[in-house]
Amino acid sequence: MATQASDFQSLSRRYTADKGFRAFIQKALGGYYKKRDENKANFRDWQGARDLAAETKYEAVNHLDTYLLEFEKKITARGAKVFWAPNAQAARDYILEVAKENGVRSIIKSKTMTSEEIHLNDALEKEGYGVFESDLGEYIVQLRKEAPFHLVFPAMHLTRGQISDLFQKELGSEATDEPEKLTMIARDVMRRKYCEADMGISGTNFAVAETGMISITENEGNARLTTSLPKIHVALLGIEKVLPRLEDLSLFLPMLATAGAGQAMTCYNTMYAGPRQPGEPDGPEQMHVVLLDNRRTELLADAEQRDALGCIRCGACLNVCPIFKNIGGYSYGTTYGGPIGSVITPHLRGLRDWKHLSAASSLCGACTEACPVKIDLHHHLLQNRRNGAKAAPNPLEKIAFGGFSLMMGRPAIYRLATTLGRVFQPLQGLVNGTILDPLRAWTGSRQFPSLAQKSFHDQWKKERGGKR
Amino acid sequence: MNPGRAIILNRIREALRNNPAPRPHTSHSQAEAAAGHNGHAQREWLPKVGAMLHEQIELFEKISEGLKTECHRVPTMEAAREVLAKLASESGWRKIASHSHRDTDALLEGISLPVVRTEKGYAIDDLESCDAGVTGCEVLVAQTGGIMVSVESAGGRALSVLPPHHVVIARASQMVPDLTAAFEHVKRRYGKNFPSFMSFITGPSRTGDIERILVLGAHGPKRLTLLLVA
Repeated sequence: MATQASDFQSLSRRYTADKGFRAFIQKALGGYYKKRDENKANFRDWQGARDLAAETKYEAVNHLDTYLLEFEKKITARGAKVFWAPNAQAARDYILEVAKENGVRSIIKSKTMTSEEIHLNDALEKEGYGVFESDLGEYIVQLRKEAPFHLVFPAMHLTRGQISDLFQKELGSEATDEPEKLTMIARDVMRRKYCEADMGISGTNFAVAETGMISITENEGNARLTTSLPKIHVALLGIEKVLPRLEDLSLFLPMLATAGAGQAMTCYNTMYAGPRQPGEPDGPEQMHVVLLDNRRTELLADAEQRDALGCIRCGACLNVCPIFKNIGGYSYGTTYGGPIGSVITPHLRGLRDWKHLSAASSLCGACTEACPVKIDLHHHLLQNRRNGAKAAPNPLEKIAFGGFSLMMGRPAIYRLATTLGRVFQPLQGLVNGTILDPLRAWTGSRQFPSLAQKSFHDQWKKERGGKR
Repeated sequence: MNPGRAIILNRIREALRNNPAPRPHTSHSQAEAAAGHNGHAQREWLPKVGAMLHEQIELFEKISEGLKTECHRVPTMEAAREVLAKLASESGWRKIASHSHRDTDALLEGISLPVVRTEKGYAIDDLESCDAGVTGCEVLVAQTGGIMVSVESAGGRALSVLPPHHVVIARASQMVPDLTAAFEHVKRRYGKNFPSFMSFITGPSRTGDIERILVLGAHGPKRLTLLLVA
């Protein structure tokens, strides 16, 4: 029977075996590293900025109820409606209800991972609504009926040739290998959609409690169009996105850009304080803000890993992760991939089915170092391993570690074991990596180091006569 | 009221009650103090900006070059009008859009093209068919090369993003050093009554979604021109 863990195994085996694919991903990330480092160097003190970002998120997440209530009060006073959704179903139902009540026909969306999390498009399409992803990368994966490959770069796994083929087939456009021409094809298609859509659905990067605003970070301008032209704006956000003060954005906007895309600032960073106000010429008549829990409060209750709620979804930890770079975004089978996804998915979707992701790490700590809000990612992966072992102990592991502890605690058994090891290791060499090899899970792709012919103890005794 | 509100608030309070999280590992003790109190500590860590206006203008221009924002520093409004006229004829504009505002009115004085005005409402298709959108702005941000616009200063939400060429008129006095100063400006100007839309525009619209290769004009303007009267 296929389980999440076995799917993960077979997909990651498939992707790692594809050398061309891995080289393509590495190349795509190469430009990011260069730009990211240039922009980090422009900060007077990137580490100081990370400290302040971590402290600000600590303050916000540890007083989440206070800041959410302040945010609700302020944005409600501006005429927005706030809906609190304890789970995905409640969020989907609410958005469907708003669409039905207003006779909506066509829906345009800007990039929102939260909507991927609650499978919003499926729900809307099932009810007969046309839903169009306006972000170029999201539009491409939507046409391919795929999920985003990466939190920030949804279509980074596709070549221009594949995208050209896709546009020829789905849009009847002409073949081209120029990214610019491909972008213009999507631009022209989407222009009509913005003008016709009567509902725009966006995500949210930050919610500001002090002023009752949501902030959206983007490069293309699709989120701005999505929130300007349709008569209804629905903004979807996880409850952890709230920041205390407006000025906090002056730290988080540049940090998100640098960590996420290697830019000093992204092209558009927009603050929305409600729907169109009296006297304003345009903008939506209605603004609905959907605050989603969907088990984020389970993560909140785990004090040890609570800092993971500080995540600003920049994707920096994916970009540096040696596992992600080799297995790609689809192997994880989760909405949020890479190290942060491996940390939070067991909380959001259950430890039992997702604890294997904690092993999708070399524990090198590159993710922790890359994280702009200093989430202790690689330690959280270890904690998830511990929690997983505690919740469902593996009897074989228990026996193995029991034996190991017995051996390490008794010098006589230890000596016997190393002596036997030296005798039997050459025999293991004969079957190394084959089906007869009891250690093949390890030796199938690695060398087992040979035991020293003379142990440290023996050498010590001989050279120094056992004296200290 | 929907029951979800009480459910979520209860869950949050349950999760936080007598259950403190370890503080983040930070080496800067100021960071801890700053996060709790004022919003200005970030100035210590963010990219450096000179204190003098000419330094700020030069920094803005240097960053703009990298962003592909076309910056024209002009001595007078008259000179700005000449640059605009040249843009219009070179690009073959047939119709443009703008809004009533001290600086845009001065810039468009005597222009011979039809102008769609947005401040009292407009038809989307009418705006979409314009070759350029001409707006004012709130402030210019030296640190990031950003142009801050709002409903008030840019004729609504769509005027500065729907037409394929966005032209901004600004004066040197609108230059501020950084994002924090930009937020202070809007707080001073609007008190609690903010416009429903404010945006930092940092270069023309772009995407890297195809093989991480930069393409300008993804959905918003392909060109961004700043006319800076200084």
